[in-house]
Amino acid sequence: MPSDEDEMLREMGLRSVDDLFADIPSAVRIPKLDIPDGLPEDQVVARVTSMLRANRTVVDMPTFLGGGLYDHFVPASVRAVVSRSEFYTSYTPYQPEISQGLLQALWEYQSLICELTGMDAANTSMYDGSTALGEAARMAHRIHGGRIFLVPRGLRHNRRAVLANYILGAGLEVREVDYDRESGMLDLAKLKTAMSPDVCGVYVENPNFFGRFEEQLEEIRDMTTGVLVVGVNPIAQAVVRPPGDFGADIVVGEGQPLGTQMNFGGPLLGIFACRQQHIRKMPGRVIGLTRDAKGHRAFCMTLQTREQHIRREKAMSNICTNESLLAVAAAAYMAVLGSNGLRRVAAENIRRAKELAAAIDKIAGFEAPLFPGAHFNEFVVRRKKGYAAVHRALLEKGIHGGLPLTRQLPELSDAALFATTGRHTPEAVGRLLAALEAFR
Amino acid sequence: MNFGIDTGFYPLGSCTMKFNPKFTEELAALPTVTRIHPDQDESTVQGALRVLYELQDLLARIAGMDAVTLQPAAGAQGEYTGLLLAQAYHRERGEERHQVIIPDTAHGTNPASAGMLGFDLIEIPSKDGRVDLKALEAAAGPKTLALMLTNPNTLGIFEEHVLDIAQIVHDAGGLLYYDGANFNAILGRTSPGKMNFDIVHFNLHKTFTTPHGGGGPGAGPVGVKKPLEPFLPVPVIGLNGRGYHLDYDRPKSIGKVRAWYGNFALLVRAYAYILRMGGDGLKEVSDRAVLNANYIRHRLAGVLDVPFGGLRKHEFVASAAKLAAERGVRTVDLAKRLMDFGYHPPTVYFPHLVEEALMVEPTETETKETLDGFVEALKKIVKEDPDTLHSAPHNTAVARVDEVQAAREPILSWRTLKSPKPPS
Ligand SMILES: Cc1ncc(COP(=O)(O)O)c(C=O)c1O
Repeated sequence: MPSDEDEMLREMGLRSVDDLFADIPSAVRIPKLDIPDGLPEDQVVARVTSMLRANRTVVDMPTFLGGGLYDHFVPASVRAVVSRSEFYTSYTPYQPEISQGLLQALWEYQSLICELTGMDAANTSMYDGSTALGEAARMAHRIHGGRIFLVPRGLRHNRRAVLANYILGAGLEVREVDYDRESGMLDLAKLKTAMSPDVCGVYVENPNFFGRFEEQLEEIRDMTTGVLVVGVNPIAQAVVRPPGDFGADIVVGEGQPLGTQMNFGGPLLGIFACRQQHIRKMPGRVIGLTRDAKGHRAFCMTLQTREQHIRREKAMSNICTNESLLAVAAAAYMAVLGSNGLRRVAAENIRRAKELAAAIDKIAGFEAPLFPGAHFNEFVVRRKKGYAAVHRALLEKGIHGGLPLTRQLPELSDAALFATTGRHTPEAVGRLLAALEAFR
Repeated sequence: MNFGIDTGFYPLGSCTMKFNPKFTEELAALPTVTRIHPDQDESTVQGALRVLYELQDLLARIAGMDAVTLQPAAGAQGEYTGLLLAQAYHRERGEERHQVIIPDTAHGTNPASAGMLGFDLIEIPSKDGRVDLKALEAAAGPKTLALMLTNPNTLGIFEEHVLDIAQIVHDAGGLLYYDGANFNAILGRTSPGKMNFDIVHFNLHKTFTTPHGGGGPGAGPVGVKKPLEPFLPVPVIGLNGRGYHLDYDRPKSIGKVRAWYGNFALLVRAYAYILRMGGDGLKEVSDRAVLNANYIRHRLAGVLDVPFGGLRKHEFVASAAKLAAERGVRTVDLAKRLMDFGYHPPTVYFPHLVEEALMVEPTETETKETLDGFVEALKKIVKEDPDTLHSAPHNTAVARVDEVQAAREPILSWRTLKSPKPPS
């Protein structure tokens, strides 16, 4: 039987597929790809699986890292939802009549994010929390016009670095506002000095980089003449007054805690929400509620004139492919847990962090949390005699300590950021404490 | 309620909707992928770093480039990164260049990336569906930062004069940026490096079949030629006597474009796919993708016009302009009606220079039977009563959706819907 290829070629009156490449000039042709030939599926699976075995997972090794990314339990039902091939093998829902499932899931994601943050509108995602911050700075500039954007000096350096690259075209200048050395919260006196009519926006995180809840949002709002951008951990929002209540104009955050595993840092979910009055200045894709020709409820992409495929060089952002599937996971996660479930997870994180900090603080030579007061699920641990040796010793014992802060903030070079979640077993915590005891 | 590539034929031009392998899903679900934290000590993530290192190398070879960063989250972010790299390169030479040239066939992200960076855009008109060399010559000059081009272009036409194009831009001191969205057409036949491009982004969610996820996540690695390597985002994955490591010691780096190292779970899938296909298999991918596209185009002769002559690569753009003029049936009507026949419509109304455009990209994983069915459906549809088409679709979960209403009074959340004050 002739193959598909032969039949198609014959029908087109061609002898070989090569004829279809006759338009590629010989000067740019290559004889073949300079990579090995293909392998059978079983061999690829065996090879990749074996390579990856060189990783030590947080299951093999009690790990106390957070810093923007957390090891929360993901209910199987969340995975089941995003494993539906109708979701994961589809693309941007350009054709709403055959995409209602995804459109509704994304609209529900937007709605749930709005409930959590007290905002009116959310987009379906930015690439991650750091690009969401970058886009927020640009949007603050579009709204206000000022050329200065203030951020906390206590900001995870990868967020700071990404922000630096996102504001280039807008001609913005980022200035840092120091944190209060006692409380770990934003230094309001310094914020006051930094404020000027040219400040288009102020960014503040709650909880902040040190895991400390930022309790001065009201004061910060009052001092801010520009746009207030609040960075959140979405799970923590279940137990705090939402930023919308404090007058935030834009809320951003890393959405990975909502139903996505850590995956070595990607894919991630950039949360981006704002007030209704600003929706036409918002970047990214949004889903709206409407009707079909028969008057039935329907969803579709909307406000597309803000986007690159219509507005081109004047678009609010260049984003096209985003992180939709993670938004679906987040919607499923929030829906599966419900408000009570989310509150339970948040409370559990707070309790565990408090207990772990207290236990570490008991060990002579260690101070935890370095900043007193309410924390979410991470906190700074300081060892005056130096932290680096502790970090190495823990690793040798098969334990991964917190994030050393040397590279982040020089004044905290003897400290590390320890995180915990509901996933740490008593045994894991016990091993950490025993290992730290050795440094007494 | 939702159409995916597993549901049926999805010839969405420019998006490369191909079968998403299931074994790569299984690999990406391993705890050795999902349960590692990116801040872990390098010694505890040697497997992950090795995958990234080897993927950097494979992609560089496939593209004919010297170095690759895996950091960008999608194609558009790859463009953003690439333009930053070009700027850094020029600045190192003491030059401030701010003009980005794009042809009028370019995808929206190209101008948007340039615009976001505050660069001036120079759009040059096409001639016969190809870059007009005269217009390019007139546009290129001492302010040219880069030309952004995809080849084959968004019409599916291979720019035969690509070396002349490169020459013109290079002579002006500018760089050549390759939008890799259409890589599925050229695997094993040519490479951006061979075509004298300096910078390229890959859309791993297209050519290298990481699932599109309803709009994302994707992955948009960027490859560069040697002179641009020092500027790559940090960290680059390196290998030395102690093993694989994250190289942050790059003083000329542009910094970071997103947190951590890239969309790792997608990078694992793409890596496994490339091992599975190999150099031989990837060439077959392009061969079949191009065959499928040209076959549909051939069979649609007399049904829909396909402006501009010559071969097509992995996609082609048809026009319903005649149908619209003669029978009042527009592209949108054809697209909506195709759904009733069980097909996802092609990309519509892009690229803009083709009136009533339908951009068809069948990809290599479709059989002749599927392609024939699609052609037969279109043949039937163009003869249907215009009323049937204007009111299509008829067989879907909802009827034609009122997108105008959605934009007039945007309701983006339950909260807005329930708010006492109707949105303005
Ligand atoms: C030709 C072309 N360039 C660039 C892009 C942007 O890529 P991404 O969606 O991954 O950001 C696309 C994607 O649709 C495209 O088709």
